[in-house]
Amino acid sequence: MKPAIRPWLQLMHPGDWLCVLAALSITLYAAMSLWSPDRPTRAIVRAGGRTVATLPLDRAARYEVRGPLGLTLIEIEPGRARVKSDPGPRQYCVKQGWLSRNGAAAICAPNEVSLQLAGRSETYDSMAY
Amino acid sequence: MTPTRILHADESDYRVARYAAAAIALSVAEAAIPTPLPGVKPGLANIIVLLVLMRHGWIEAVWVALLRVFAASLLLGQLFAPGFFLSLAGSLCSLAVLGLARHLPRRWFGAVSLSLLAAFGHIGGQMILARLWLVPHDGIWALWPVFSATATLFGTANGLITARLLREGTDEEVRVAGSGDAAVG
Repeated sequence: MKPAIRPWLQLMHPGDWLCVLAALSITLYAAMSLWSPDRPTRAIVRAGGRTVATLPLDRAARYEVRGPLGLTLIEIEPGRARVKSDPGPRQYCVKQGWLSRNGAAAICAPNEVSLQLAGRSETYDSMAY
Repeated sequence: MTPTRILHADESDYRVARYAAAAIALSVAEAAIPTPLPGVKPGLANIIVLLVLMRHGWIEAVWVALLRVFAASLLLGQLFAPGFFLSLAGSLCSLAVLGLARHLPRRWFGAVSLSLLAAFGHIGGQMILARLWLVPHDGIWALWPVFSATATLFGTANGLITARLLREGTDEEVRVAGSGDAAVG
């Protein structure tokens, strides 16, 4: 049996369509804004425990930090960042590659430099805990 | 000796009682439907509240809605449990919204508009109370899209049912249907 839709549609007033539309848009907008992943918006560079730079993640950039061992080169691309080169012996922070999640961090301990991504909300990493 | 006062129920008292009985029956019936989240339910009793609002005015709708909240909670063993207060907050907020929305021009805004506004009033009131009292953390707003979608779907459906009842059913028919439902409930 095919359900008859027409008699139901006749019950709708012009303003009713408007209300249905408004309710749908509120729902969609809420879902998109409340359920979107929290993207990082800036990269925080620290050297010797102090923040030396906060770089926006919306355009490509390069940044050099001097530490006890030499220069650490930070590279930024839209939405991600990495430690491009570091004078440390084991290269852990370089091998981590591109960071793109909110709260992600690369730490070049020998040179006392760290790179961390931050977004709207603070997230915890295993170290802060 | 204190003089005996006799209260006579007038026509509107009987009407409120009949409609409230129908609303309570619908509330109890829909409590049997399993839901994934408390608060995600059709809210069929709102059909009755809207019907009363559009036929007999806001005051009687308030009576029916609040009688429904108290009596249905009592029957379901939820009276003064958290769910009861959420239900009450939702109902009060929804009635306040309807109190304003009833002044909208009827020609343009029918039962579906009122039903949607009432549904959003319901979830609004519930969320605010839940945020202030039960889950005092902003993380609760992550549930908003779920409730909003529920309100959109069932607000529209209930509004259409109300509009159809308003067009097809006379007060007499609803009276009979209402007492029938009450006997079942």
